[in-house]
Amino acid sequence: MNPFSSGTRLRDMIRAIRACKTAAEERAVVRKESAAIRAAVGESDNEYRHRNLAKLMFIHMLGYPTHFGQMECLKLIAASGFPEKRIGYLGLMLLLDERQEVLMLVTNSLKQDLNHSNQYIVGLALCALGNICSAEMARDLAPEVERLLQFRDPNVRKKAALCSIRIIKKVPDLAENFMNPAASLLKEKHHGVLLTGLQLCTDLCKVSEEALEYFRKKCTESVVKALKDVANSPYAPEYDISGITDPFLHIRLLRFLRILGHGDADASDCMNDILAQVATKTESNKNAGNAILYECVETIMSIEDNSGLRVLAINILGRFLSNRDNNIRYVALNMLMRAITVDAQAVQRHRATILECVKDSDASIRKRALELLYLLVNESNVKSLTKELIEHLEVSEQEFKGDLTAKICSIIEKFSTEKIWYIDQMLKVLSEAGNFVKDEVWHALIVVISNASDLHGYTVRSLYKAVQTSGEQESLVRVAVWCIGEYGEMLVNSTGMLDIEEPITVTESDAVDVIEISLKNHTSDLTTRAMCLIALLKLSSRFPACSQRIKDIVVQNKGSLVLELQQRSIEFNSIIEKHQNIRSLLVERMPVLDEATYSGKRAGSLSATIPTSNGAAINLPNGVAKPTAAPLVDLLDLSSDDAPAPSSSGSDFLHDLLGVDLSPAPSQSGTSQAQKSGTDVLLDLLSIGTPPAQSSSFSSDILSTSQDNTTSSGNLQRLSSPSTPSAQISSAGGGSPIMDLLDGFAPNPATSDTNGPAYPSVVAFESSSLKILFNFSKPPGNPQTTTIQATFTNNSPNTFTDFIFQAAVPKFLQLHLDPASSNTLPESGNGSITQDMRVTNSQHGKKSLVMRIRISYKVDSKDILEEGQINNFPRGL
Amino acid sequence: MIHFVLLFSRQGKVRLTKWYSPYSQKERTKVIRELSGLILPRGPKLCHFVEWRGFKVVYRRYASLYFCMCINQDDNELEILEIIHLFVEVLDRYFGSVCELDLIFNFHKAYFILDELLIAGELQESSKKTVARLIAAQDSLVETAKEEASSISNIIVQATK
Repeated sequence: MNPFSSGTRLRDMIRAIRACKTAAEERAVVRKESAAIRAAVGESDNEYRHRNLAKLMFIHMLGYPTHFGQMECLKLIAASGFPEKRIGYLGLMLLLDERQEVLMLVTNSLKQDLNHSNQYIVGLALCALGNICSAEMARDLAPEVERLLQFRDPNVRKKAALCSIRIIKKVPDLAENFMNPAASLLKEKHHGVLLTGLQLCTDLCKVSEEALEYFRKKCTESVVKALKDVANSPYAPEYDISGITDPFLHIRLLRFLRILGHGDADASDCMNDILAQVATKTESNKNAGNAILYECVETIMSIEDNSGLRVLAINILGRFLSNRDNNIRYVALNMLMRAITVDAQAVQRHRATILECVKDSDASIRKRALELLYLLVNESNVKSLTKELIEHLEVSEQEFKGDLTAKICSIIEKFSTEKIWYIDQMLKVLSEAGNFVKDEVWHALIVVISNASDLHGYTVRSLYKAVQTSGEQESLVRVAVWCIGEYGEMLVNSTGMLDIEEPITVTESDAVDVIEISLKNHTSDLTTRAMCLIALLKLSSRFPACSQRIKDIVVQNKGSLVLELQQRSIEFNSIIEKHQNIRSLLVERMPVLDEATYSGKRAGSLSATIPTSNGAAINLPNGVAKPTAAPLVDLLDLSSDDAPAPSSSGSDFLHDLLGVDLSPAPSQSGTSQAQKSGTDVLLDLLSIGTPPAQSSSFSSDILSTSQDNTTSSGNLQRLSSPSTPSAQISSAGGGSPIMDLLDGFAPNPATSDTNGPAYPSVVAFESSSLKILFNFSKPPGNPQTTTIQATFTNNSPNTFTDFIFQAAVPKFLQLHLDPASSNTLPESGNGSITQDMRVTNSQHGKKSLVMRIRISYKVDSKDILEEGQINNFPRGL
Repeated sequence: MIHFVLLFSRQGKVRLTKWYSPYSQKERTKVIRELSGLILPRGPKLCHFVEWRGFKVVYRRYASLYFCMCINQDDNELEILEIIHLFVEVLDRYFGSVCELDLIFNFHKAYFILDELLIAGELQESSKKTVARLIAAQDSLVETAKEEASSISNIIVQATK
């Protein structure tokens, strides 16, 4: 005999494993056993095969690899005896699943066993098939299972019924074969068969409309009668659970009735009486009874309207909600959520209780209650509910704060009627849980503040006070820093005092203190620090007395390792130091941010997000938005299959995101973007302007650092780029004074006639409807960079709307896209869109340009996506 | 539909797993780790449901063992509690006041019982008596087969003497 295979008995192995004190010891024992089993597998030792498989199952349960035992299962199943088959099938179900190819090999054994004379062997095969069969096996063995639905022994029939469920789920086409035999199962008296038959019918209705009609016509009455029988049945010890005969059968009958009654008035009518009886007569002091009531309420809510029954159902839920058992309260909340569509008024009555549940110590209940409460908020109760929720925010557990904050913010945004209330509530939330607030929320707050011109003073003072006490809440700090930067003088002069305010005295240096502390706080991240620098620049002009101190703070960041901060501080320093005369113009207050544009952009970015799997499928306007990195990621990641974000601002976003306008502006001033280029330079200056020479290293840096807060920095740039004043300056002073600001960094202003050598234009893309032409030019003194002007023409008879052009390049290239001239492309070549882009080729002279493009647009509100690769760039670019 | 059944001890040791929906070995380990982390810290008074990856996990503790079943959002949680209890009662009847050690050393028996209760993630029998009878019948089939085998081998042994 093989020295290995005799091995230890199963019991001894388990004992040995349990005796292990450390994980290493356990691994050693398991390794030894596995080796012995492998050896036995190799020897194809028959005598101990089932024992080895049992050991393997135990080892498998501990999480060790056992794939080498899969074939052993098949061998045991193919054996003739019942003991071998029993353990073989168990092993098959444990060690394999439907995705393993090995499973196909068992199909034949299964077929034989399904036809076996021993009903227990038939049962084993049905069980295995029901638990792990794949679609192919389902197709192959469906006829056998169908036949077994009429087997003489009820225990086989019930197994066959459940097995059929798996089959029709895997292959819905087979549903119609099972309709007749399933219907006949419903006439049975055996509880097991009836139970499984009902389940089969329920699942058939889910996959086939035809089956639903069939059962509705043929079985509604008999199912109602069956429910009547079981509900009125005398004490039956075999099926009794705390005084109720077979609650499982009750539940399945009610569930099937729900499907039959949904959307069908006649069927609903037929079941009214029995539902009323179940709802009133069922004992509700034990879980089993409550399980039935719960199912009954759900059925009443789903079938066609019957106000009497609904009152009954809502009352049951009210009772559940005040129950002391947490399980019952949980299901009550769950069901009220569904009831809200049926009778919102009735649910509103329980608002106070639900609010208490939000404060429960049980996380599952809290979560349910919060979601429900969110649905209950309306104009009339928003103020009191928000107050309660914000108060609760203070005492709630850390892990719940995220959810709670998101919901509160969403409520505030959705229902705010007056700006002061909105601002007040937001400040409270930010002070309590600013670290949980999503970026979009505080961005929106800034937009609102910017629009509420009569509240600027009030807001900045409230923020100042809030920051003193809650300085650790990052998003509060950001909003405060922004507001102090913009409205600092209102803080100091107490302008625009409201009656409700308590006067405070703040000196100029107090205001600067706040910003300095935030800038130096080690927990502040890049966004906050960058915002602090801008605020300081603004304050240096507003508080001339503090100008020197501000300069000192700014200078300290000149050596920052974060390029963004370093650059800002160097540039700002030179503005403070050398350009006193234009400083106040440069840092004028931001023009009022356009709420419509902002919300439009937000909506655009939001629509790209997948709605959360919220039971009631409510698309939350905030909180659930994923950061709007999509356009950028999409563009950079060629392999991404995601549809391009449908925001018309796609390229804007990128533009904002990069925050870098790399245009060597003056040399371009002859192009169609003449009036824009000035703004761009200024935007450079205030945000992260960078001379083209440094562009490659810089933009890659931004890409890496802004992964996490893409949205924030994107919006930051938008917030920090003044548009009106800049236009004035650029038109007044032309390019040169601004170029001066950049000191030695700026490239020499070039004139348009010193353009590099001319390159031929290429047709980059041409389809039946769309043509793209590329014109090339090179800025002088910079052979690596190519400016491409893309011209899009539409040759089809339909206008393209929401036109977005996206491009991506390999790593050795750097690409910058300017915004397109329009996003609407008129039909039949009646106009065109132009879009500029700049490509910097780090392998200039070695490799030529290559680009992948993607164009998306709408024709008659239908989305169209075109893609292509451009390889025909002229050499030497 | 029940997607899987998990039994683990107070210490997080897995005692039984049954998967009715496909999960790879790696996912299974992850699921077990996540769920034991979610369920074990919960106090005794809290409700027996946790929401997890868009599913609900219904659990119930018996002595040192946690019985968990994962179901869809719209399934009846209270009924699952009864199914768990039904399973425990059948185990109890079979082993005679069942304890964790019974389930460790006779884990395959526990699986046989579960297979008589659930197939394809659905309940197949509501009578404890029927389940017990079916298990007993199959156990006796195994016993007879063993006896036959041993008697035959006895004959062989004696014959070769």
